[in-house]
Amino acid sequence: MGRNLFQKVWDAHMVRQMESGQYQLFIALHLIHEVTSPQAFGMLRDKHLKVAYPGRTFATVDHIIPTDDQTRPLEDNMAEQMIQVLSAETKEHGIEYFAPESGSQGIVHVIGPELGLTQPGMTICCGDSHTSTHGAFGCISLGIGTSQVRDVLASQTIAMDKLKVRRILVEGSLQTGVTAKDVILHIIRTLGVNGGVGFAYEYAGQVIEKMSMEERMTVCNMSIEGGARCGYVNPDETTFEYLRDRERVPTGSDFERAVEKWKSFASDSDAVYDDEVVINASDIMPTVTWGVTPGQAISIEESVPNPESARGLEKDLISDALDYMKLDANQPIKGTRIDVAFIGSCTNGRLSDFQDVAELLKGRKVADHVRAIAVPGSEKVDTKARELDLHKVFEEAGFEWRKPGCSMCLAMNPDKLVGDEVCASSSNRNFIGRQGSPTGRTILMSPIMVAAAAVKGGVADVREVFGLQREESKG
Amino acid sequence: MSGNSIVKVSGRGVYVAGNDIDTDRIIPARYLKCITFDELGPALFYDMRFSEDGTSKSHVLDDPKHAGAEILISDNNFGCGSSREHAPQAIQKFGFKAIVAGSFAEIFHGNCTTLGIPCVVMTQEDRSGLTGLLASDPELDLTIDIERLQIICANNVFSITMKQSVREAFLDAAYDPLDTLMADQDAINATAAKLGYTYNPG
Repeated sequence: MGRNLFQKVWDAHMVRQMESGQYQLFIALHLIHEVTSPQAFGMLRDKHLKVAYPGRTFATVDHIIPTDDQTRPLEDNMAEQMIQVLSAETKEHGIEYFAPESGSQGIVHVIGPELGLTQPGMTICCGDSHTSTHGAFGCISLGIGTSQVRDVLASQTIAMDKLKVRRILVEGSLQTGVTAKDVILHIIRTLGVNGGVGFAYEYAGQVIEKMSMEERMTVCNMSIEGGARCGYVNPDETTFEYLRDRERVPTGSDFERAVEKWKSFASDSDAVYDDEVVINASDIMPTVTWGVTPGQAISIEESVPNPESARGLEKDLISDALDYMKLDANQPIKGTRIDVAFIGSCTNGRLSDFQDVAELLKGRKVADHVRAIAVPGSEKVDTKARELDLHKVFEEAGFEWRKPGCSMCLAMNPDKLVGDEVCASSSNRNFIGRQGSPTGRTILMSPIMVAAAAVKGGVADVREVFGLQREESKG
Repeated sequence: MSGNSIVKVSGRGVYVAGNDIDTDRIIPARYLKCITFDELGPALFYDMRFSEDGTSKSHVLDDPKHAGAEILISDNNFGCGSSREHAPQAIQKFGFKAIVAGSFAEIFHGNCTTLGIPCVVMTQEDRSGLTGLLASDPELDLTIDIERLQIICANNVFSITMKQSVREAFLDAAYDPLDTLMADQDAINATAAKLGYTYNPG
């Protein structure tokens, strides 16, 4: 009986089963940042412990770094302290730290892959739930809490129960204007925000196989929004070509040997799964959220739901979400006025996201009432985008081109919504208050849909705004 | 040992209704800037409890009838969202010792366990029964019995469920796994040696 990738990677990293029944799992790569990790060093110190494998931990700053003025010391004293603690602790413990202006700083889930630290077959942990992103390379990649960051620093292992594996096959081909972001929003909408609890998601099928690594990262990134602890794609030629010549990837014959090893982690053709779901690509439209969870999503052609057609708690959830979003039942989502457009984040802040948007944005203008910002996911993304003059396209259209960071995805830095502003956002969470204002409203969508909304001044269909050829669905 | 075993948790309960209560609602991101977790308690559910100008919204947590409650009761998918331990830390610092819900998000559940906050699952019917009792008398004490997997409140017995490995960990005082993880260094080193990942020094 064949094994799937999850089982293979699990078996390779399993240290032992503990008395509680949980397993001790070795962590190949540990990424840390300034929000959830400084406290863990304090915990180590309280217990007089050292970092066990400093060469397997890498640090950067992303959540709290301003994207306009990064001059040190930062204006926000607590943010400055958090960076200083991270910098001092990594130095003391011999951990490599990608500081601002090092050329390699950026959102932790953008820099891991782009430096080639993320490699197939690894177990990866980071004190951030979007660690699921790295699964795009064929990894078990898990978001963990600070006490577990402590566990990894002290032992390079975590305690964990084994997950079940659900294979999600996305079959057929995507229509024009439909992106990886729409695929994952559609999956979450279909399976629910807690549908993945207890599971790892294996994304497969024709659509996933055709995707670039950056698109696969977008899909895996939001696994956690569907309740799955992690998600992955089997490594293939697309994966290996992405990794070839990356800074931290082995070279020459070592690379060829690494590829052979990476291949061996892919799910066997006769692998067994705990569950399987098939999604028809032709059912997927440009998708946007209307409510306060990523599962409260509809296609651009639909209207928001009516609580009267639901029952019990679901009815309350819908009516509370509509109240918060200030939307009426049965109202078409298209045309909903926006105040802010945000392109960036660990979901959609990579070079191809900005390339795709720039291609459409050339010669167009952001609506007068819209504040639009584009935030590259890393210093490397910023540098490459500038080499290609992408920043000019954005600026000429009326976007601000910012410095790398998490920015408006979570409002731990100066980029925030004000009052009940509505934001068309390429990020991953539309939770109440997520973008920094307790009454701020977030509508999640793909980067090209954000561009369409920015130009139109309200939620719009990217295919109409930019005159994309609409193909008939190939059912 | 990581702490004392946790077999029973007793105290008064308070019901914060709603499905999908996420980590941003439990503690809004703007309160996460800290280098220790000590001061997080007052920010718990901040935007649900207070308006932007700081005036109270008369949330159930601020109702004097529920002052000092130690058991938090909620609905499905509690704690979804971020892996940030700030959320369970804020719950603990506020004074809660256990959480009862219809279901929990996984990372949140794991974080609570490590901190010694039992998360127990109860059906909607039983939760209605329990919250009904508390609505009529907020002074009632309830006891979560992890060994017997039940909640006792005013002579009513409700069933609860819990992951077996987690239940064992509470009963055996092993819910903070660090000591256990550190116990067998040879096994860890052997696994590491077998993997042999190499990075270029850059």
